[in-house]
Amino acid sequence: MGGRDATMVLLDENGIRCDGRKIDEPRRIMIKAGGLKNADGSAYIEFGDNKILVGVFGPRDVHPKHMSNTDTGILRVRYHMEPFSVGERKRPAPSRREIEISKVIKEALEPAVMLEKFPRTAVDVFIEVLQADGGTRCAALTAASVALADAGIPMRDMVAAIASGKVADTIILDVNNEEDQAGQADMPVGYMPSLKKITLLQLDGVLTPEEYKKCVDVGVKGCELVYELQKKALHDKYFGNRGD
Amino acid sequence: MTSVSVIDQLKRTQIIELLEQGKRVDGRALDEPREIKIEINAIPKANGSARVYLGDTEVLCGVKIQPDKPFPDVGDKGMFMCTAELLPLSHPTVETGPPQAPVIELARVVDRGIRESHMVDVSQLVIEKDKSVVGVFADVVVIDYDGNLFDACSYAATAALLTSKTPTWEMVDDQPSVVEGADKPLPVSTIPVSVTMAKIGNYIVVDPNGDEWDSMDSRITITTDSDGNIVALQKGGSDGFTQDEINQCGELSVKVGTKIREQLKLAQQENQ
Repeated sequence: MGGRDATMVLLDENGIRCDGRKIDEPRRIMIKAGGLKNADGSAYIEFGDNKILVGVFGPRDVHPKHMSNTDTGILRVRYHMEPFSVGERKRPAPSRREIEISKVIKEALEPAVMLEKFPRTAVDVFIEVLQADGGTRCAALTAASVALADAGIPMRDMVAAIASGKVADTIILDVNNEEDQAGQADMPVGYMPSLKKITLLQLDGVLTPEEYKKCVDVGVKGCELVYELQKKALHDKYFGNRGD
Repeated sequence: MTSVSVIDQLKRTQIIELLEQGKRVDGRALDEPREIKIEINAIPKANGSARVYLGDTEVLCGVKIQPDKPFPDVGDKGMFMCTAELLPLSHPTVETGPPQAPVIELARVVDRGIRESHMVDVSQLVIEKDKSVVGVFADVVVIDYDGNLFDACSYAATAALLTSKTPTWEMVDDQPSVVEGADKPLPVSTIPVSVTMAKIGNYIVVDPNGDEWDSMDSRITITTDSDGNIVALQKGGSDGFTQDEINQCGELSVKVGTKIREQLKLAQQENQ
C-alpha cells in the first residue's frame, strides 16, 4: 500500500474523492438476474467499471466422485479473470490470487446455501471477471448470491458485499482501483443482512482500533444498500418490471 | 457435447427427416447462417473488443496490445496471437482445468484463420528491430453455447481487431515508452471470414446450431479473405467428404463469407 502515486488527490478539501464521489457513496451498481441460457442460474453485475458474469449449475452429480459427501452437498466456486480484463494482459492460467479469492468467496457463500438438503451433490458457481476495476471479489460475491437464488437453490439469506477502506485518514465506502493502489486500507466485507452475519472479511492496510470498528460498520451499512439492489434484480426478473 | 445419448439419436433422426424435405430444425435454409449480432467495444478498457451472438451462441473477445520481446528469428515483425476458451458457465458439460483437445483445436483453428489471412500487418508493429516489438493478443471466451464456436469466435476476434486502437511506443533508455495521444487503428490488411459447414447424412448445412452439431457426421471450416481467396481450412469429425462436397463447401464459404464480411465492415464503420 502506501501512496504509489503521490500526485493523485484521493480526497479534496470538500470531501470529494478522485472519481467525484462522496466518502459514503458507492459507485454505480447494476445487477441483472438471469441472462445465460445454459446455466441453471446466472447474474450479471456492473459495479463501477467492473463487469462480472456468474453462472450456477446444480445441485448435480459430483465429478470426481471422491469429492462427494454423503451428509451434505458441496459448493465449488471458481473465480476467474479474462486475459483482457485488466491493464496488462493476464495470463489465462489460474493465478494464486484467483485461487485464494475462489476460496474466500466459497466460504462466504457456504453459510447462505442450504447444502445439507442435497447430499452427494455439488453446486458449481463460475465467476468470470470480464473487466476489473478494484473490488472484484465483492462484486463477484454479490452477483454469485443472485445467481444462486436465480438457480432456485434454497438459501437462508443472500450475501451482499462491498469494500470499505481508508484514504487520506478518512474511512470511505466502496474502494475503487486508484484508492486500493494508493490508499491506506482496503476492507472487503460480505454480509447477510437478514441473518446479520458477516461471512467475508479481509483487510490490508493499517487501521487504529477505532478506525477498524468504523470500517466494519461502514462496510456493513454498504452491504445493506447492495442487498436492496440484489432483491430488486430478482424482483425485476420474476415479478417483471422490465417485460422480459 | 460429444456424448451420444438417446436424445441425440432421436434428434438426429428428426434432423435428417427434415433435411430430406429440404428443411432445418430452426427453419433456416441449408446455406443460411443464423443471425449475427456484433457489439463493438463491450470491454472499454481493452484496446479493442467485441461481443458476438451467433444465434444463441455468445462469445466475447478482448484485444490487448502491449510491447514484447520479439522471437529471435523474426526481430522485424510484431506478434499476433489468438486464443479461445470455453468458460464453464457456457454449458453444463464444460469442466474447469486444462483445456481438452476440442478446445485446443478451436483455439488453433480460430488463430490460424486470422493469422494465415495476414489480417494483422505485423511488419508495421516493430518498435525497435530485434529489441522490442508490439504484441497483439486476441483472447476469446465462450459465454453461452449453441454450436459452431469456430465461426462465432472467429467473427468476435476479427470484429475486435478491426476496431482496435493501438498505442504508439518509442524507445527511451532502451525501454519502450508510450507516446501520449498517439493512439491509432491497428494496421489491418484484409477481413478473414470463417464459414463452418456440417455434413449430416448426405446434406451439407451452413452454421450448424447445437442440435445439428451433436448430430453431424463431419464438419469443415473454411476461411476466406477480402479478395475471395481461401486462406485456411480444417476438416473435423469422424466421417469423410466427397470431392464434390469439398468443392461445394469451398463455393459456399466464399458466397456466405461475402455477406458476413459486409456485416463486419458495417460494424467497423459504425465504430469509426
